[in-house]
Amino acid sequence: MPNHREKTAAFYDVDGTLIKTNIVHSFAFYALRQPELLKSFLKITQTTLSIPLFVAADVISRKWFNEIFYKMYRGASEDRLVVLAEELFDKAIKPNLYARSKGLIEESRRSGCRQVLVTGALDFTVKPLARYLEVDDVIANRLEFVDGYANGKLTKPFIAGVTKSDVIRKYADENAIDLSQSYAYSDSYSDYPMLTVVGHPTAVNPDFRLRSVARAYHWPMINLN
Amino acid sequence: MRTTGSRYKEGSKEPIVTIDNDSAPRILFHGENFLLEDLPVGTRVIYPQQPIAGVANPVAAIRYALNHPEGMDPLHSMLEPGMKVTIAVDDISLPLPMMHRPDIREITLNIVCEMLADHGVDDVHIIIATSLHRRMTPKEIRRMVGDKVWNQYWPDQLYNHDACDPDNMIELGKTRHGELVETNLRAAESDLIIYSNINLVPMSGGHKSVAVGLCGYESLKAHHTPKSIVDSDSFMHPEKSALAHSVERIGRVCEENMKVFHIETVLNNRTFAGPLDFLMKNEDDFTEKDWLKFHSAKWALDKMPFAMRREIFMRTPAAYELIACYAGACDPAHKKTLDKSYKQYCVNVEGQADILISGITYISPYNVNSKALNPILVQVMALGYYYHMYRGRSLLKDGGVMIITHPCSDRFDSEHHPSYIEFFNRLLPETTDAYELEQKYQDEFAYNPSYIELYRHGHAYHGAHPFYMWYWGQRGREKIGEVIVVGADNKTVPEMLGWKCADTLTEAIAMGRSIMGASAQVSVLKHPPILITDVT
Repeated sequence: MPNHREKTAAFYDVDGTLIKTNIVHSFAFYALRQPELLKSFLKITQTTLSIPLFVAADVISRKWFNEIFYKMYRGASEDRLVVLAEELFDKAIKPNLYARSKGLIEESRRSGCRQVLVTGALDFTVKPLARYLEVDDVIANRLEFVDGYANGKLTKPFIAGVTKSDVIRKYADENAIDLSQSYAYSDSYSDYPMLTVVGHPTAVNPDFRLRSVARAYHWPMINLN
Repeated sequence: MRTTGSRYKEGSKEPIVTIDNDSAPRILFHGENFLLEDLPVGTRVIYPQQPIAGVANPVAAIRYALNHPEGMDPLHSMLEPGMKVTIAVDDISLPLPMMHRPDIREITLNIVCEMLADHGVDDVHIIIATSLHRRMTPKEIRRMVGDKVWNQYWPDQLYNHDACDPDNMIELGKTRHGELVETNLRAAESDLIIYSNINLVPMSGGHKSVAVGLCGYESLKAHHTPKSIVDSDSFMHPEKSALAHSVERIGRVCEENMKVFHIETVLNNRTFAGPLDFLMKNEDDFTEKDWLKFHSAKWALDKMPFAMRREIFMRTPAAYELIACYAGACDPAHKKTLDKSYKQYCVNVEGQADILISGITYISPYNVNSKALNPILVQVMALGYYYHMYRGRSLLKDGGVMIITHPCSDRFDSEHHPSYIEFFNRLLPETTDAYELEQKYQDEFAYNPSYIELYRHGHAYHGAHPFYMWYWGQRGREKIGEVIVVGADNKTVPEMLGWKCADTLTEAIAMGRSIMGASAQVSVLKHPPILITDVT
């Protein structure tokens, strides 16, 4: 394998790229196992405006959507969330891993890249997956906890949209990674900024808008399903 | 209709036509269409040999070869119950276009599989020897091997070779020149490998079958280099091909480690039949019916959208026939194969040309069932293949002008050729130097996990494949003075390839004469069907 690979990395979006599920599925899993989260969810969705609000937020800004969405975790116990994360992985995430996600990461590792997950999901929900995929690092959103309970806010920076490119740049600086020789993988147009900071972007199971961009810029498109 | 103006070269059976005042216009391929061109008086048009008649009974011919092999015991005598056998077959890159059913591989496989079953050999795998080519689709495989073999072996015992599967490749060692020898693990672990090939041109078959068909990237990169291509004069002449020498060295290491029984089949050059049979003829011999067929086809093609034209050509199979089958040890069987191939393809030609004209078709070994012959493949057809269709001495003088007819559209098949798209759009604007491309970028593309994923699980050519295609053209780039494209639908692609454009063939010939002189010798290579020139 070539030496120039030593300082390269592969950055992966997770939801929709490596797995079929997303942060809503994770929340639903927790909500069904924690009565306080279910109450929080019901309280927020009591207003008829809430559903269009979520839809609009996701269309306008993934960052805004995450900010609103994670308020539903208010009052959740940190211990409980971490413990349930293992069950979440076994029952919801692992069965929904795309067939060749692990193979792609293994191939990338063989080529000498550091493996990094960059996701808007919560860190404790992604860690079991990261362990399973044997990736080197995880960059994910983190909930703020006060006295062991979530206050519904995320610690900054929120990992979504353009901030993914910022954190990738920062990670590259800190780890002496050559971004021009690095790789990024995502399924969503919302990750366009993340894809453009590396020399080798790839659209994975792309949505319509990302497919159009990938065609225009001659990026490879792969299907891991 | 004009009167016949052809004459046959004195003392030779080969049809070399010199264009006269009353000669008919000539048909040239122009991608997925044709051009009909009046050629200047004195132009030499070189036609392929007439097809050698196919053997009356292909099944009997193959059975005879298996029972009377060259330098080895008959196949049946090597079979024992319980032994492990791997059959490897050439992929969809041969023959071109795809042949009518039954494909010769179907006939051979039916015979071999039946023989294996009769001798109690059950542990049989059939591997499509794709090397770094794209995986064939299930539909393509079924068409190639036939229903009987498909039903019995697909998918567990009939599959594509995977050169990037680290668990199923093995290193056998190195040649005395230090070339790494890597091959398919299942084949290496077998008691016997039976390689069934198709010989369409002399660069096919022989040691190339196993050494290339079942190899990996690390092994292939030893000889698929600009240097080995430049040192090959030409690819169609194995004795003078550095590429063939390297492949032979690797093949010998393979054969030291594996027992290989080769089955080599030679096809004639009956490329066109039915509505396109006029393409097998000299235009001066066309009947009214032939011209009617041509003009009807041209009229329809002119009206059709591009995709439909491609589809029609791709769905029109060739009428190839088996003209010989040899089996047994690699060297003696392949020698006989080459002798037969040369009989079919070689045409004696007196003297080199200053200007060589060739129509580029819709197909190459690397775009069967693809959505386009992309610019890199147009380049390889012109500079890699057509320029090199000679033995001993090139038809085109060094520094001569090559005129090709093709639209050179900026079209790629993103499923089959994803790495070609990046190669063309990102690398070629930076440099067209094959040596620099090899040093700076080949490994980057080869180890790109996305391209590996697309090669292993999609239907993409390996990430390094466009590099090889570019190297394939390197000798032509170094030897040819100027390439002029007629009928390009844009100027960008020819410019990126380093070529000039002309609107008409007349203009291109005038441009060529301005370089090579007013008395320049102009020759047309009228293929397909394939022909190889022996220039004296």
